[in-house]
Amino acid sequence: MEKHHTDSKVKGVSTGTTILAAIFDGGVVIGSDSRASIGGEYVSSKTINKVIQVHDRIFCCMAGSLADAQAVTKTAKFHLSFHSVQMESPPLVISAASILKELCYKNKDELQAGFITAGWDRKKGPQVYVVSLGGMLISQPVTIGGSGSTYIYGYVDAKYKPNMTREECQQFATNALALAMGRDNVSGGVVHLVVITEKGVEHVVVPGDKLPRFHDE
Amino acid sequence: MLGETEPQWLSEEVKTGTTIIAIEFDGGVVLGSDSRVSAGESVVNRVMNKLSPLHDKIYCALSGSAADAQTIAEMVNYQLDVHSIEIGEDPQVRSAATLVRNISYKYKEELSAHLIVAGWDRRAGGQVFATLNGLLTRQPFAVGGSGSFYVYGFVDAEYRKRMSKEECQQFVVNTLSLAMNRDGSSGGVAYLVTIDEHGTEEKVILGNDLPTFFDQ
Repeated sequence: MEKHHTDSKVKGVSTGTTILAAIFDGGVVIGSDSRASIGGEYVSSKTINKVIQVHDRIFCCMAGSLADAQAVTKTAKFHLSFHSVQMESPPLVISAASILKELCYKNKDELQAGFITAGWDRKKGPQVYVVSLGGMLISQPVTIGGSGSTYIYGYVDAKYKPNMTREECQQFATNALALAMGRDNVSGGVVHLVVITEKGVEHVVVPGDKLPRFHDE
Repeated sequence: MLGETEPQWLSEEVKTGTTIIAIEFDGGVVLGSDSRVSAGESVVNRVMNKLSPLHDKIYCALSGSAADAQTIAEMVNYQLDVHSIEIGEDPQVRSAATLVRNISYKYKEELSAHLIVAGWDRRAGGQVFATLNGLLTRQPFAVGGSGSFYVYGFVDAEYRKRMSKEECQQFVVNTLSLAMNRDGSSGGVAYLVTIDEHGTEEKVILGNDLPTFFDQ
């Protein structure tokens, strides 16, 4: 049987996680599960929020080593606010993603963290960017990450449609995260969603008992 | 000659690294598989049919090491022939699955293959059995192989009880297509086998006839 390796090579506290971001008509949804584990055997936190705000309308999700991810996002937040003061305008989503990418690429030997950045800006509207482990930066309409994401590639490929409504996209994100949490033992807890549009930002938390159930549950 | 080495794939184990799926409906089963056989990074066979008959109305789907899986299937094919002569009628699907499980369990340290056994018999209709690592369990549907990890979410969400034969066939084709798009070790064409009381139907769906999704 093929052994399937998740990010179990990460030492220390790993977010062993499922993160997701998707563009809908007029905005973007970014979400994650809430479990932090040590070595895949002990759940060190059931309710950690992996969706971090780096600016008013820009959020990012972290995967990999929790310590690395927190250090990088803290640095990025600082750089971004400085940049925004210099430019005298809200930063672009791609700026936030680029700052994360620079940090990940320049320190690729020491760091083990990947990010999804999602947000809204005046120039390009809703956007989603992925910064991978080595520091690659690409833009996608929908993206998933973390150990639990392998189980939902098929679901996301099949169910994501461009230009969904906000409600459809929220339901799609909740379903995808619930399915991944159901199969990945290092993802679980509650679903944290953040919906970002031109008008503002809304946090949605879907607790365990309100998660969608599927045929075998 | 100096500096010349043989191609890497000659010394790599040949795996079917694959996507296989079997699902039962009221009156029969549908089995599906991709067709890629890889040795390391090379595709050594892009049209292999991984759905192997064990008896007229019992098939198995192969995954893991190609040699191990084929050998198990051939051994069980022989044992089932003998068994069906002894009992004087067509064997039960559970018997075929038990024979596969017996070999998988006894030699579990040496073998690395996972077979899904599915078929139709008079007593219990359509049945699907998973024999991973030497267990034996009947399930409404089963997926296996390296590509199956990418579609767990999809099959969890899309499976409904009491689907018709056509819905099952569509479900299998969609699942295979999604897995083949994401798994490097799965690809090629999709093979489908539908077994019910009237007979066994084998079908091939070529690459360009497979369903496509939003980013293709």
